[in-house]
Amino acid sequence: MPPHSLTAPHSPAERRRSVTSLWRLRGYLRPYAGSLSIMAAAAVTGVFVSISIPLVTKAIIDGPITDGDESAIWPLGLLALVLGIVEAALILIRRWIQARAVLGVETALRNDIYRHLGALPMEFHARWQSGQLLSRITGDLSTIRRFSGFGMLFLVINILQLTVVTVILLNLYWPLGLVVAVAAVPVIYLSMSFENRYVKVSRQVQDQQGDVATQIEESTLGIRVIKSFGRSEHAYDAFDARATKLYETQVAKVRLQAKFFTFLEVLPNIALVIVLLLGAIAVGNDGLSLGTLVAFITLMLQLVWPIAALGYILSMAQEAMTAADRVVEIFDTASSIVGGSRELASPRGQLRFEAVAFRYPDSETDVLHDVDLEVLPGETVAVVGATGSGKTLLTALVPRLYDPTAGRVTIDGVDVRDLTLSCLRSIVATAFEEPTLFSMSARENLLLGRPDATEDDVREALEIAQAGFVLELPWGLDTRIGEQGMALSGGQRQRLALARAVLARPKILVLDDTLSSLDVHTEALVEKALRNVLAQATGIVVAHRASTVLLADKVALLQDGTITHVGRHRDLLADVPAYRELLAADAETAEALAL
Amino acid sequence: MAAENRDSFTDTVSLLLRERSRRLLGSLLRPHRRTLWVLAAVVLVENASRLAIPYLVKEGIDRGIPPMRAGDGSRTLLVIVGLVLTMVVLQAVFRQVFLLVSGTLGQQVLLELRRRLFRHFQRLSTAFHDRYTSGRVISRSTSDIDAIEEMLDTGFDGLVTAALTMVGTAVLLLVLDVKLGLVALASFPLLLLLTRWFRRESAITYRRTRETVAVVIVHFVETMTGIRAVQAFRRQPRNEEIFDSVNDDYRAANERAFRLVGLFMPGIKLIGNVTIAVVLIYGAYRTFNGAVTIGVLAAFLIYLRQFFEPMQEISQFYNSFQSASAALEKLSGVLEEDPDVPEPASPVPLPASRGEVRVEGVDFSYVTDRPVLRGLDLVVPAAQTLALVGTTGAGKTTIAKLVSRFYDPAAGRLTLDGVDLRQLTDVDLRRSVIMVTQENFLFAGSIADNIRFGRPGASEDEVRAAAAAIGADAFITALPQGYDTEVESRGGRLSAGQRQLVAFARAFLADPAVLILDEATSSLDVPSERLVQRALRTILRERTAIIIAHRLSTVEIADRVIVLEHGRIMEDGTPAELIAAGTGGRYADLHQAWLDSLA
Repeated sequence: MPPHSLTAPHSPAERRRSVTSLWRLRGYLRPYAGSLSIMAAAAVTGVFVSISIPLVTKAIIDGPITDGDESAIWPLGLLALVLGIVEAALILIRRWIQARAVLGVETALRNDIYRHLGALPMEFHARWQSGQLLSRITGDLSTIRRFSGFGMLFLVINILQLTVVTVILLNLYWPLGLVVAVAAVPVIYLSMSFENRYVKVSRQVQDQQGDVATQIEESTLGIRVIKSFGRSEHAYDAFDARATKLYETQVAKVRLQAKFFTFLEVLPNIALVIVLLLGAIAVGNDGLSLGTLVAFITLMLQLVWPIAALGYILSMAQEAMTAADRVVEIFDTASSIVGGSRELASPRGQLRFEAVAFRYPDSETDVLHDVDLEVLPGETVAVVGATGSGKTLLTALVPRLYDPTAGRVTIDGVDVRDLTLSCLRSIVATAFEEPTLFSMSARENLLLGRPDATEDDVREALEIAQAGFVLELPWGLDTRIGEQGMALSGGQRQRLALARAVLARPKILVLDDTLSSLDVHTEALVEKALRNVLAQATGIVVAHRASTVLLADKVALLQDGTITHVGRHRDLLADVPAYRELLAADAETAEALAL
Repeated sequence: MAAENRDSFTDTVSLLLRERSRRLLGSLLRPHRRTLWVLAAVVLVENASRLAIPYLVKEGIDRGIPPMRAGDGSRTLLVIVGLVLTMVVLQAVFRQVFLLVSGTLGQQVLLELRRRLFRHFQRLSTAFHDRYTSGRVISRSTSDIDAIEEMLDTGFDGLVTAALTMVGTAVLLLVLDVKLGLVALASFPLLLLLTRWFRRESAITYRRTRETVAVVIVHFVETMTGIRAVQAFRRQPRNEEIFDSVNDDYRAANERAFRLVGLFMPGIKLIGNVTIAVVLIYGAYRTFNGAVTIGVLAAFLIYLRQFFEPMQEISQFYNSFQSASAALEKLSGVLEEDPDVPEPASPVPLPASRGEVRVEGVDFSYVTDRPVLRGLDLVVPAAQTLALVGTTGAGKTTIAKLVSRFYDPAAGRLTLDGVDLRQLTDVDLRRSVIMVTQENFLFAGSIADNIRFGRPGASEDEVRAAAAAIGADAFITALPQGYDTEVESRGGRLSAGQRQLVAFARAFLADPAVLILDEATSSLDVPSERLVQRALRTILRERTAIIIAHRLSTVEIADRVIVLEHGRIMEDGTPAELIAAGTGGRYADLHQAWLDSLA
């Protein structure tokens, strides 16, 4: 495992956690245990082969060349040739095996993260932006891949090579070997300390790159607002301040790098000077053969890469540990919304909220509290309340996009938490105010809730939602829409999402202010058609307008986080001033103007 | 031979970098011409001193040691060792200078590129942004820049060193011993072939990995941003299947790329090792007749080592070079995109606008052959409140966008106080005309910051006054930190209606002569809407307004209503007049339908 005691940019506790995170992912290596052993064996053999080549050189110089024995060259020369070929072959084997193993690990991890994220509740996704999650399945995973395939192996190999070569050098001629061994100690120490500073400044660079990216993202997403207010300069200044700061840190990094890289290259050269001087003197005094001197120099040059790379590999280990932390963080987020085991064979669609309360995890006040409401099978209730009163949240509790923090929601008397998620979500279908369409054909988008629907069902649903425009798209129902396809207007998207929900033929249909983007004419047509659909299902309709409320059999008024009144529209209008305030305004204005 | 290799590389560069990329690169590097010359000199000295070291080792073995063996003292050896030390120091100093100067230069170029790109994207029209999508703008400005940075970081230095080492080594080997040198150089053509093969193959695999990873990313982001629908409609199992398959495509593409490198690297190693062994054997033979000394042989071995090591890293450089050149290609394409709503060359100043808007014979279409507006004429006198009514696709929003000059008309013109919009500076135009839409983007920061966006420099009181005027004060002060509440990313916890109110306050604070409201109240609940309407009556009294709304309650505050259909004006009059037209009138029908809905 990585020698975590060598690098210390973090507190000890954090470091321990990082190491544990990486260690916890070891299971992903298991299927490749065989490959990995072959890989390691090839790498270790490779070290010995590459070390023996200079020794053959020494043998040639000190043997045939010194003795003038021509015939002795061939066996040794061929040995050098064979060793060279074997070394290349070992590298080939290692790399080919490595490709399969490390990519397998990366792919398995990515699949698992995706699965895990898909099961995590809305509450998690509301907190995490998709960009942050994306960087985990791309950047972080390749960091882990690089370390597990390359870094980890070379950490061992390089240390092995360092040790073996040093031992050989000591054996060849101990005074010179000692010089090299002594020189290696400060080199390793210094490269570690450089590495520490380097890791710090790199992290700073990463953070500032993030700041710049955030600024770019904001200015891009908000471009219409920036343009319509003519604030391009303002946006540029904010961007430039961050870009300049990043530049300054980058230059500091360059400065450090320049020093570090030079240092790494100069040291072996200095050692070369010393070896050359002492070695030549020793050869002059016949304490050392010429062949040994040449072998010595070649071997020493072989040490440059392992020493230079050691720091690099350690920083790679460091990065891999941080990346593993970020990945494990996701795995450690347990899904608070897990399906139960019950199924309802033929649900009737009786829906009850019983003393339901909800608060966001980081908040101290309830958004909803003491909510009691019963909707009978086939009945439709309209939820009315001021902006931000929690209407959408209330409807999201039914398909368990969120779970209440107290109380319970039941369908046909069964707590929704006892139902399997797939059963629950086939009973409930929602048409959201901000509809999500996926990058696939219009048909696939429509069939999301009921993949086996017939062509007639689809047309009927389109009819109800007044979404016939779909048939007139360039490729009709097969037109690709969504982010990667045809752009649809807000109203069109809403109608399509409504058709999707209707097509699912749910026992419970939730309409979350689904008609807000429609013009009055279309809205009236949709409402007419919806009456039939709602007659066959239990409905919850979030409504802002009187016209939508009229779809419902009864109205629930949501005030200060709880349901204060339930009744018929006309009765509430007559008896409840707060309700009049919310819905009658329309009427009043109309009357005033009609006069 | 080495020269040929270099030429073939320049060929590749010119092939890979198209004309416009080179233009961009040229314009970025031109200001640094002198630094580049200095760098060239520095890198030459650095490499020369590095390449001198093995030669000096040879001198040490051949000339320094024999006198010592003969008992003639160590003077020659000391001189040579002194020279080696000098070279080492020289190399160190120049190396550091090179890294420092080239690294700083690279960062300067990057900063300049970042700035240019940002400005350019901000200058490009809304039409461009609609077409290009925010995702691509962001990836141009972040990951493409990163690709170039990556190349500057890892590849550039290695490439220069590898090229110079190649030439230098070839020359020195021939100088040391022509025959042995030629034997060693016989490996160059093989190296060249291998590199060429690798370059061709890796271009293909590289493209394939980029394509497959893009699919993975798109699918991932779409799932995560649409997670609510994914869960509500039980889409996970199918999505997991899709993800498995695209993820596996990416793995397969990556595996090919890895295997390619897995052949190339040992290939180089093989050529290197075989060359060394052959040189060793042939060199040993040549020592017997004294043609080659042991020192020469040693120098050969060191040179070949120095030569083949960096060659392996070329494969890494190719990847970063390819992604950087692809990035440069895309960036240069974007940077040469002309703003289709350009700033005027000689603007007409308009310090204070009255707010009279004229639309004169305007044609407009988003897609050719599908005209949205044809020969539209419309005069909005100063201080009038005009409501546009009509079905989806009637052209209401198009008119609003033309008046705010998000687009320019294909024919005809739009004027503000008699001045063609195309002759106004952006500053004058934006001070006079502001549009509030349904999509109310809020920036990271506090609510006060967001309102102040309408008029930077507005005081705390002015911000509050603006919020109070449109009825947003109540909900803002009720928030935990009042006006200082962070809106969180993309408007986080504020409801859609609350965001609209903040956007309204922002526009009101800007105090424009012409205010355009495109469905700006659609997310408000009735009481808030009523507050806004009440406020609008005062706010709009002295300014021109164009209102688009589905809700007639909002329309009725207008002085004048225009009913549009397929880009043509069907009815035009005060609300009362149009209602009075009775059954059969389009507006009158709409009004009746609305009254019925309120029953």
